[in-house]
This record gives sequence, C-alpha cells and structure tokens, in this order.
Amino acid sequence: MPSLKDIKKRIGSVKNTQQITNAMKMVAAAKLRRAQEAAVSARPYAEKLQSVMSNLAQREEADGHPLLCQRGTGRALIVLMTADRGLCGGFNANVSKAAERFIRDNEKGFDDIDLVIVGRKGRDFLKNRVGENIVKVHEDITSDATYKTAQLIGQEIIAAYSEEKYDAVYVIYNAFQSAIVQIVTEEQVLPIQPQEAEEETVNSIDYIYEPDRTEVLEQLLPKMVEVQIFRALLESNASEQGSRMSSMDSASRNAAEMIDKLTLQYNRARQAAITKELMEIISGAESIN
Amino acid sequence: MADTLKLEMVTPYKQVLSVEVDELTAPGFVGELGLLPGHTPLLTTLKVGQLTYKSGGTVTNIAVNWGYLEIEDDTVTVLVDTAEKADEIDLARAKAALGRAEDALNTLSLEDKKYKVMEAALQRALVRIQVAGGGH
Repeated sequence: MPSLKDIKKRIGSVKNTQQITNAMKMVAAAKLRRAQEAAVSARPYAEKLQSVMSNLAQREEADGHPLLCQRGTGRALIVLMTADRGLCGGFNANVSKAAERFIRDNEKGFDDIDLVIVGRKGRDFLKNRVGENIVKVHEDITSDATYKTAQLIGQEIIAAYSEEKYDAVYVIYNAFQSAIVQIVTEEQVLPIQPQEAEEETVNSIDYIYEPDRTEVLEQLLPKMVEVQIFRALLESNASEQGSRMSSMDSASRNAAEMIDKLTLQYNRARQAAITKELMEIISGAESIN
Repeated sequence: MADTLKLEMVTPYKQVLSVEVDELTAPGFVGELGLLPGHTPLLTTLKVGQLTYKSGGTVTNIAVNWGYLEIEDDTVTVLVDTAEKADEIDLARAKAALGRAEDALNTLSLEDKKYKVMEAALQRALVRIQVAGGGH
C-alpha cells in the first residue's frame, strides 16, 4: 500500500500531464481551424485547373507530352506526407505503414521503389524498415506549407521524372475527412491522368491557344503536379492537427479518470490512517482506566 | 449573349474574385489582351503584369504573377500564382525589392542562373509599384 505522500505526488504528476495534454489539445484545435481553412480555400484552384485541364485533354490527343505518356513499370517514387512531431495518435504510423506495404507488396510490379519523405516522424518510422529506399527527407515544412514548398517538391519530382529516373510517382498522405477521421490515401501524380470531363462541356468551337497548344500544355502540366502536392501537404497538415486534437482529448480524459481513481485511493488511505489513530487513542485510554 | 463577363480569379491559397465585369485587360503571353463579352473561347498563359477590369464604371487593377486565363461562354477563369489589389500591396516592400533586384542585376553576369530569377523579381516589383500607384 503506497503511503499518503506517494499518492499525493502521483496525483500532482498526473495533473501536470493533464495540463499539458489539455494545452496541446487547445493548440491543435486552433491550428486545425486554420489548416482546414487553408485546405478548403485551396480547393477552387485545384478544381479550376482540373477543369481547364480536362477541357484541354478532350481537344487534344494528349499523349505527346512526356508527363502524360505511360512508361510502364520500371522505377517508382513515393512521396510520403507525415508530420514532424508525434503525439498525434496513429497519424504517422498509419501513412508510414501504408508506404511500407506499398514497397513490400509492390502490387503493381515495379522494379524498384524509392521514397521521398516529408516530415521527421515518417523517417524515424521507416528508417529501420525500408531505409535503403529513402532518397530524401524534407523536414520542418509541414506546419506552414506554402505553395512555394510544394512547387519545389513538384519541380524536383518533375525533373527526376523527365530524366527517366522514375516511371511513376505516387503520393501517400492522410486525407482530411473530419477531426476524428483521416483516410490514408494513395494517389498517382505522374504520369498525369487527366480526368474525363462531363459530356456537355464539349465545345465544337475550336479554342484559340496562346502562344500555342504545346506551349500551354507545357506550362499547365507541371502546375498540375505542384497543385497535387500542395493539396496533399495541406490535407496532411489538417489531418495532423485533427488527429492530435482527438488523441490529446482522449489523453486528457484518461488523465482525469486516473486522477479520480487516485483521489479515491488517497481518501481511503487517509481515512484508514485516521481510524487507526482513533483506535490507538481509544485502546490507550482504555488501558489507563 | 450576356452583356457582362463573369470573372473568376483563383490562387492556390484562395478564390480572390468572383465578379461580373464589363471588360477586362490581361497581360497575355504574346501581348496585352483585351476581353469583351462574346469573346471566342481562348486559353492563354499570362505573364507577370497588370490585370485590369471595369465593372459598372469603376476600374480595378490587380498585380498578377504567372498563370492562365481561360474564356469560354463569357466566363473568364484566371488561375494565377499571386494576385494583389492596389490596397494590398506594400509599396515600401515592393520598392525595396526593386532596389535589391536592380543591384543584383547590375552585378550579375547574363549567364548566371540567378540573373533570370532576379529579372523576374524586378518585373514583379515593377508591376506592384505600378498597380499600387493607380495603374497606367
């Protein structure tokens, strides 16, 4: 049976922990709101680009461009989005495991798969599992993902793809569904697969392209890749905050439960001590009489 | 045929504009581009420059930075990296950037990789100053 003092100490320490988890929850909630707004406001751009793109693809036998043509299953590259910090539930482990599975199972039959990781936690997780596949790690960019960072990553990927270092590029990230639900998503980035537009949008009138079609395509396609990376970054960031918020919430609740239990134990021990003292006094008094 | 154009401008961060406009001038890749309702479908890339639209008699200038413009059925979709209205531009910062770019361009050689970067920065600064000053 632990002494009164021990129990009191433990209550104090659990209370401290609870304070920290509570504060983290608050911070995550505030960040989540911002991250969510960023993810939502980035959507129109991606949608517009997508529709311009599919309009273009319909009018064009879009196979001439290197970023569009299928090159089969040689080497693949995965861009994995994780967080720099932990304490966010299964967030990092889930995507990292998905990436590991992708590499191990290799369902599409690639000769070799390389891995670019965004976020420290993904690296820590995969270093000892598939360390030889990791080619690059980006750190400290997730918390305030700007379009610039996405652009840099995108341009790297495009460069490597154009040099035929890779024949396909995928991105694996946590898609944001709600604060509690994140879905591990795997998307193909390259070669670009233009979505089919609805039939009605087909216009018989010929478009004017300035400067010309190939030039427009030349500039549009890299944008697609950048936007896809940017969106994945934003979604991943929102997911991270959501995941942290909910896991810190349950941690705070667990701490509260623990404090209740310890307080009960403390009171029982205190009462037992008082009873014992009383008994001693009474028996002492009795022996005098 | 509608007598106005629907202008939608989006950047990667947010939707900047969604307004009805009477006419529109954009910095097209091959030259300044004037658009009126009833324009034939067009898809063009944009350079760094000043985009101007007239809506109900008021003229608004926006500094844009690389992007695309699509017009179809009197709907103009503009996708740009950045878009700033006159009152959003920090003139002092733009002037400082202009000074920096000019200095750099004076010292760099033409072959230097940075030359193009600084040249673009110079362009952006110039456009910003122009727009902040009420356009041309």
